[in-house]
Amino acid sequence: MSPSATWRHFRLEYDADDILWLTLDRAGESTNTLSADVMDELSAILDDLKKNSVRGMIIRSGKASGFVAGADVAEFTAIATPEDAMTLVRRGWTTLGKLAELKFPTVALVQGFCMGGGLELALACRYRVAVDDPSTRFALPEVMLGIVPAWGGMQRLPKLVGPPAALDMMLTGKSIDAQRARRMGLVTAAVPERVMHNAARSMVLDPPPARALPFAQKLMLMPFARRFIANGARKQVAARASREHYPAPYSIIDHWERHDGDPFALPADDPASIASLVRHPTTANLIRIFGLQERMKTLGKASTFTARHVHVIGAGTMGGDIAAWCALRGLTVTLQDQDAARLAPAMARAAELFQRRLRDRLRVRDALDRLVPDTTGAGVRRADVIIEAIFEHLPTKQALFRDLEARARPGAILASNTSSLKLADIGAEMHDPSRLVGIHFFNPVAQLQLVEVVRGAATQQRWADDAAAFVRAIDKLPLPVADSPGFLVNRVLGPYLMAALRMVEEGVSPEALDRAATDFGMPMGPIELADVVGLDILVAAGRALSGDGGGVVPAKLVALVEAKKLGKKSGEGYYRWQAGKPVKQASAAASPAQLERMITPYIEEARKAVDEGIVADADLADAGLIFGTGFAPFRGGPLAYASQRVVSAS
Amino acid sequence: MTDIFIIDGARTPFLKSRNRPGPFAASDLATAAGKVLLNRQPFAPDQLDEVILGAAAPSADEVNIGRVAALRMGCGQKVPAWTVMRNCASGMQAIDSAIANMLAGRSHLVLAGGVDALSRAPVLLSDRMVVWLSDFYAAKSFGQKAAAIAKLRPAMLAPVLGIVRGLTDPVVGLMMGQTAENLAYRFGITRSQMDEFSVASHRKVAQACDDGWMTSPRDGLPPEVVPVFDAKGALYADDDGMRRDSSMEGLAKLKPFFDRRYGNITAGNSSQVTDGAAWLVLASAQAVKEHGLVPIGRIVDSQWAGLDPAQMGLGPVHAATPILKRHGLALGDLDAWEINEAFAAQVLACIAAWQDDTYCREQLGLEGALGALPVDRLNVDGGAIALGHPVGASGARIVLHLLHVLKRTGGKRGMAAICIGGGLGGAMLVEAA
Repeated sequence: MSPSATWRHFRLEYDADDILWLTLDRAGESTNTLSADVMDELSAILDDLKKNSVRGMIIRSGKASGFVAGADVAEFTAIATPEDAMTLVRRGWTTLGKLAELKFPTVALVQGFCMGGGLELALACRYRVAVDDPSTRFALPEVMLGIVPAWGGMQRLPKLVGPPAALDMMLTGKSIDAQRARRMGLVTAAVPERVMHNAARSMVLDPPPARALPFAQKLMLMPFARRFIANGARKQVAARASREHYPAPYSIIDHWERHDGDPFALPADDPASIASLVRHPTTANLIRIFGLQERMKTLGKASTFTARHVHVIGAGTMGGDIAAWCALRGLTVTLQDQDAARLAPAMARAAELFQRRLRDRLRVRDALDRLVPDTTGAGVRRADVIIEAIFEHLPTKQALFRDLEARARPGAILASNTSSLKLADIGAEMHDPSRLVGIHFFNPVAQLQLVEVVRGAATQQRWADDAAAFVRAIDKLPLPVADSPGFLVNRVLGPYLMAALRMVEEGVSPEALDRAATDFGMPMGPIELADVVGLDILVAAGRALSGDGGGVVPAKLVALVEAKKLGKKSGEGYYRWQAGKPVKQASAAASPAQLERMITPYIEEARKAVDEGIVADADLADAGLIFGTGFAPFRGGPLAYASQRVVSAS
Repeated sequence: MTDIFIIDGARTPFLKSRNRPGPFAASDLATAAGKVLLNRQPFAPDQLDEVILGAAAPSADEVNIGRVAALRMGCGQKVPAWTVMRNCASGMQAIDSAIANMLAGRSHLVLAGGVDALSRAPVLLSDRMVVWLSDFYAAKSFGQKAAAIAKLRPAMLAPVLGIVRGLTDPVVGLMMGQTAENLAYRFGITRSQMDEFSVASHRKVAQACDDGWMTSPRDGLPPEVVPVFDAKGALYADDDGMRRDSSMEGLAKLKPFFDRRYGNITAGNSSQVTDGAAWLVLASAQAVKEHGLVPIGRIVDSQWAGLDPAQMGLGPVHAATPILKRHGLALGDLDAWEINEAFAAQVLACIAAWQDDTYCREQLGLEGALGALPVDRLNVDGGAIALGHPVGASGARIVLHLLHVLKRTGGKRGMAAICIGGGLGGAMLVEAA
């Protein structure tokens, strides 16, 4: 065996039982990723081991951050040709194949994230031991970048956990925790950190038999069953995205069904081949968005601000959900409203969120304990961040911030969640308006990652930086925007919604418009979205936000509001709502020209927002609209879409 | 003597037991009230010197419930916390233990209170059943198991109610209600006097609710009762034991509960089985200065006393009398009284005992009767008969409420006293700021 000094990214240690502890500690990085360098070294180490066998090998991470985050995205984004892609695939496939073929027991000891190529590395080991703490997560998120788990994941995972669970992981990219991984058979054991070394060692010294798949699951691996399962999976995927827009999940299904996950079996010209995926514009768009997401994460790094206590004023939908989210993320939260009865619906929604996200009884209890009802505003003088989320009434907000300014701690962030008022106006009565910043969340708070950080004309950069750091600390994506009506997201949505509502006025059916929008890739059609937002809110905001439409608010919209048909919240708007869902007639999609009439104002407004400097650049506008409104991610954002359209048209 | 200042206090609504486990465990209640109380203080929870919680019947998974609550309220790992138990006065004991440590100079800022969730009192297995289960689990073969099953008798399945055991004196073997029957017999207190007292308790609580004295900030004090939310987010905002329809006719229909058939004490003229928690923030002069606190009052003196367990209801008389003597006070010199209403008969017996020459001479060592307690200053907002008696919480509640009453009425001095199962009494003399 070569001396370990030869290796840059790995440490090799042999214990008294002749077990090799192979520690991956990628040089010069805080996170382990499987770069070409790392894979080449691993390959050489495995070649050595073939010649100089040991009793067993335990692979672990030398990073506190986690096990392995996946392939190296920088290398991945540099791929120019399908040939480059196949080189990358072959390197991983071959190396992990060598790992899988070792004759002695191999164990992946996983603490923290184990993603993509990292999970494929673990799958190539004979056993996996997971440390049972909340940081441990397993996922194959390749599909989110428009690619497939081609380092053996498509082949090994279905055999290990059965096709349905494996396809679910690969097609959604969702992550699972240690306990769930143990229950489904992905890991051999889920243990507390204090016994992780013993557990890994015992897999080598006293190797347990390989886990046998239940009979029914084994049947599903037979060819005729594969076809059946694959067709079911295709139907589920089709409900979310078409093959034309989003080929990666279909490619995963094809690879598994027809070639048992072998990434080299399909010819390059097959639409499901990796070469085809790499050429597909969706893949480039998704990778670009991943990069933008990483960029937005760095926007919170200009300040070292940390918060322990957040005070939220107003327990309506937004205020209540912001408070619940902050408590979920570990902060102490005081939620203020006039009386306990007004707090109750927010507390009930918070309880449900904690139950859904945390599951564990003690963690749910702790989150509930962190959420403190406040009917007197006592939390103001203790909080590090104060977020106002009361109704949009300027004089009330002005008076509120004057009072907050006098009572808050000197270093506390004073923020408004306003969506339609100007920050400069809200702060007009303040002694020091430079302290006021906008922290604008989107509904539903738990699902939309974007938070607009609004800097008013008077706002000091320092407070905007602190606000962005806070947004990152609660695991949201901060988007710095200027203090202009609707900021970025609502400003862009306004003309789009109004264009759609005007077409309803002209007799186009809401169902047809919604269908056209969802076919385009929007998460929800504009008419349904109008009902969800609330028609009264649209009328109120409409005049300011309707952009080039000349500020004409559609007559039907006004009539509905006058009839108290406000949308989802009142049970009827453009649609009738039953059990939280709109009642829709079956309908064909509106014509491409009609779709164009909705999308064009969207794009135009986004472009204007960039030109006016509402956001720093077109990239951030695209990212904001994807993470704030769910604009079809595979299209790369409205501005990227517009320019790609121009290119393809020419 | 070092001054013991009361800075603030809060309690949960008192929630009547509905003959099934209530929505909150005891530590849930203590946490819910405490986190709201701590949020309104100018100091951070981790600046407390200690947390002391009284509890008579914490559940099996709430060992050292004071520590459980302190951690859950966000006091941090470094604030010591402990639990005290003096039966019905556990909450008052927590305050007194805080006082002791403050007088010794060991603590300056203490959160002290009491809690119990009596609706969650355990249901136990009989000893015979435990033995049978042990044999059954030891049985290995099918034959052995069958033989064990053959020995099972329906009577063995009868549950043992933890709450009944807890409310039975282990030394003299009397249920608490029976000790109150003793007092009624001794001082000639009639059923209708007891019922009348009880109707008044409900009426006074109703009045206090209508006037918003429990849940709204007033007289410069933050609310005494704070809203609590259960694990599903459901709101509990108000005490729910009080009955607006309480009447002499209604109470007359109830059957005696403790001495069946021939007794006088019914469920209607006894305190209710209830869940609740109450906390007070106590501070020394040094802590007041350091954190810029504004006291609502101070605790001037406290006293514990022992007496015949079969007469435990007279505990308030035995504990309050030495305080009155030390400070040269007559019963009427106090502006407000809170005597915990374990039983109507028991509070009435206390009043009678102070007016009884023989009792005062023989039992209290006085020269004669101490006199008449002005009943219009006693429990002016009702008591445990209408609110309920979450055993560990009551002693803290009456001290807190006494201060609220003094602030409201402009009174200066008040006495809170409580009877304690096992033959004890506790009392505290407070002064409003």
